[in-house]
Amino acid sequence: MNWKTFYALLARDGHVLRRNLLPTLLQNLLQPLLFTFVFGKVMTTSGLMPAGYKSMLLPGVMAISMVMAGVQAVAMPLITEFQFTREIEDRLLAPIEIGWLAVEKIVAGMIQAMVAGLVVIPAAWLIMGSGVKLDFSKPFEFLLVALLVALFSSAGGLALGCSVGQTQIGLMFSLVLAPMMMFGCAYYPWSALEAFPILHIAVLVNPLVYASEGLRGALVPQVPHMNTLMVIGALALIDLGLLFLGLRKFHQKAVS
Amino acid sequence: MGIGIRIENLRKVYATPPPAAGGAGFSFGPARSGNKEKAPKKFELVALDGVSFEIRAGEVFGLLGPNGAGKSTTIGILTTRTQPTSGRAIIGEYDVWQEQVKAKRLIGVVPQRPNLDFALTAREILTFHGAYFGQGARERERRADELLEKFKLTDRATHMVRTFSGGMMQRLSIARAMMHDPEVLFLDEPSAGLDPQTRLLLWEIIRDYNRLGKTIVLTTHYMDEADALCDRLAIIDHGRIISHGTPAELKAAIPGGYLLRLRFDHVTEELLAELKTLPGVTEVRSPDQTSVDVYADRGGKLIGPIVSTAQAAGFELRDVHIAEPSLETLFLHHTGRSLRD
Repeated sequence: MNWKTFYALLARDGHVLRRNLLPTLLQNLLQPLLFTFVFGKVMTTSGLMPAGYKSMLLPGVMAISMVMAGVQAVAMPLITEFQFTREIEDRLLAPIEIGWLAVEKIVAGMIQAMVAGLVVIPAAWLIMGSGVKLDFSKPFEFLLVALLVALFSSAGGLALGCSVGQTQIGLMFSLVLAPMMMFGCAYYPWSALEAFPILHIAVLVNPLVYASEGLRGALVPQVPHMNTLMVIGALALIDLGLLFLGLRKFHQKAVS
Repeated sequence: MGIGIRIENLRKVYATPPPAAGGAGFSFGPARSGNKEKAPKKFELVALDGVSFEIRAGEVFGLLGPNGAGKSTTIGILTTRTQPTSGRAIIGEYDVWQEQVKAKRLIGVVPQRPNLDFALTAREILTFHGAYFGQGARERERRADELLEKFKLTDRATHMVRTFSGGMMQRLSIARAMMHDPEVLFLDEPSAGLDPQTRLLLWEIIRDYNRLGKTIVLTTHYMDEADALCDRLAIIDHGRIISHGTPAELKAAIPGGYLLRLRFDHVTEELLAELKTLPGVTEVRSPDQTSVDVYADRGGKLIGPIVSTAQAAGFELRDVHIAEPSLETLFLHHTGRSLRD
C-alpha cells in the first residue's frame, strides 16, 4: 500500500468533482428534492397526506440521495473510463496494487454519498417547513448506518460500473435503479407492505430498504421502522457481498 | 545504470476477445472446436505461443510484425496490463507478475491508442501522473513545464484534452510516459497515424531518451522505423518469434539479399529449375501458380537473363518487382507474407 499514490488518486477524483460540482449536485439532489417538495410540501399542505408523513419521508429521501450519489459517483466514470478509450489506464499503471484503485473509487464514492446525505437533511427540512421532527439523540447509530449505506452505494456502483457497458446505462437506470427506488421503502415504511405479504418479503433483497429503515430508526424513531440490529447486520452483509463482487469485477475488467 | 528485460516462454491464450485497446486488429479468427453441432463454440485465441527473448539494458529494442502478431500482447504482459497464461516476464530484477508495483515504478508506457484522462487538462494529466509516482508539487510542476515545452504543447497546456488532435494526444501520451523518468520506455506502435514531420520528431525524442541510458522497447510494423531506430529486433508472427538480431544481422540472413518477385502467365517446375541456374541466384520459390520469388545477390542485372530464359522456354513474363535487402524481404522470406498483408 502506497499512501502517496492513493492520496494522489483521491486528489484527482476530488479535482474532477470540483470541476463538475454543479452538474453533479443537480444530478444527485434535484430529483429527491423535487420529490420532497411535491410529497412533503404540496401533498401535506393540501391535506392529501397527513403532516406526520414529512418525518417519515425525510430519512427515505436521504437514503435515496445517498444511494444515487454513491452509485453514480463510482459507476458513471468507471463505465466511461473502461470504454475503448481506456482512460483509466494511466491510473492502473500508477505504482500501487490495482485493487487499491478500486478501493480509492469506493472511498471517493462514500465521501460523495455522505455529503449528499448530509446536504439533504437541512435542504429537505427547509423545503417541508415545520412539522419535521428529527431526533439526533443517537449520533453513533446514525453515523454507523450512514457509513454502511454509503459503502453499499459505492461498492454497488463499483460492481455496476464494471458490469455495464456505455450503451446499457439507460437500462441500468430503468432495470436496476428505478425498481430499487420504488421498492426501497423510501416513500413508505416497510411496515406499510404488510398488506402485501409477498412484496413484504421480496423487498428484503433490496439494500435500499435497510438504508431507509435504518435512517428512520436513527433519525425519526417515533415512526415505525425495522429493528436497528437487523438493519446493521443486513447492511454489513450486503456491503461485504458488494465489495467482494465489485473488486472481482474490477479486476476482471482491469487486467486482460 | 540501465534496466534489462527478460521474458521466458510466454504464452497467452485469450478466452474472451481481448479489449480493443490492448491488441488491435487480430488478423486470425477464433479456433474452431471440432464438433460444430454439439458443444457451443468456445472462444480461444492463442496470442503468444512460447515467446522468449532478452532485451539488454540501454538498448532500443524493436518488436516487428504484422497486426495480430502478438506485439501488443507482449507489451501488455511486460507492463502489467495483460496476465500471461504461462511463462515469466522480468524487468530489471522484478518479475512483473510477482512484484507489480516495483515493476510499474520502472516503466513508462505509450499505448497504441492515446488513453488520456479526458476529465483533465493537458498540464493536469502530467502533474497528476507525477503525483501518482510520488513527485512533490514543485518537482512535478517543473517537469510538466519542461515536457510541455519539449513536445510543443505549452500553448495548449490549460485546454481539456478532448479538443486535441490525434497527433497532439500522441505527443502528450509520450510526455506523460516520460513524466516520472522511467528506466524503461514502452512504445506500442508510436508512429501509427503520425504525419512524417511529427514522426521524425518522435524518432529524435526516442533517440535522445535512449542516450540518457534508458531502455526503449517499441513495436512497429514499419520496416524503416525498425531499421532506423532499433539496436536489435525480434520479428514476431502468429505469436512466435521468427527471428531476432541486429537489423544488419537480420538483413544479412536473407539469402542473396535481393528479392525479385516475378509474375508469369504460368509457372512450371522446369521454369523454376531454369531460373535456379542463373548467376547469383540462391533460392527460387513459387508461392502460387503464376508467381516466382527469386532470391539473389544482384537485382536489376538479373532481369535480362530472366527475360531471355523465360522467352526461350516459352513463358511470358508479366510483372517484375525488385526489392532491395530490407527487413521487409526478411519478413517475406520467413512467413511467405508481406508485412502489410
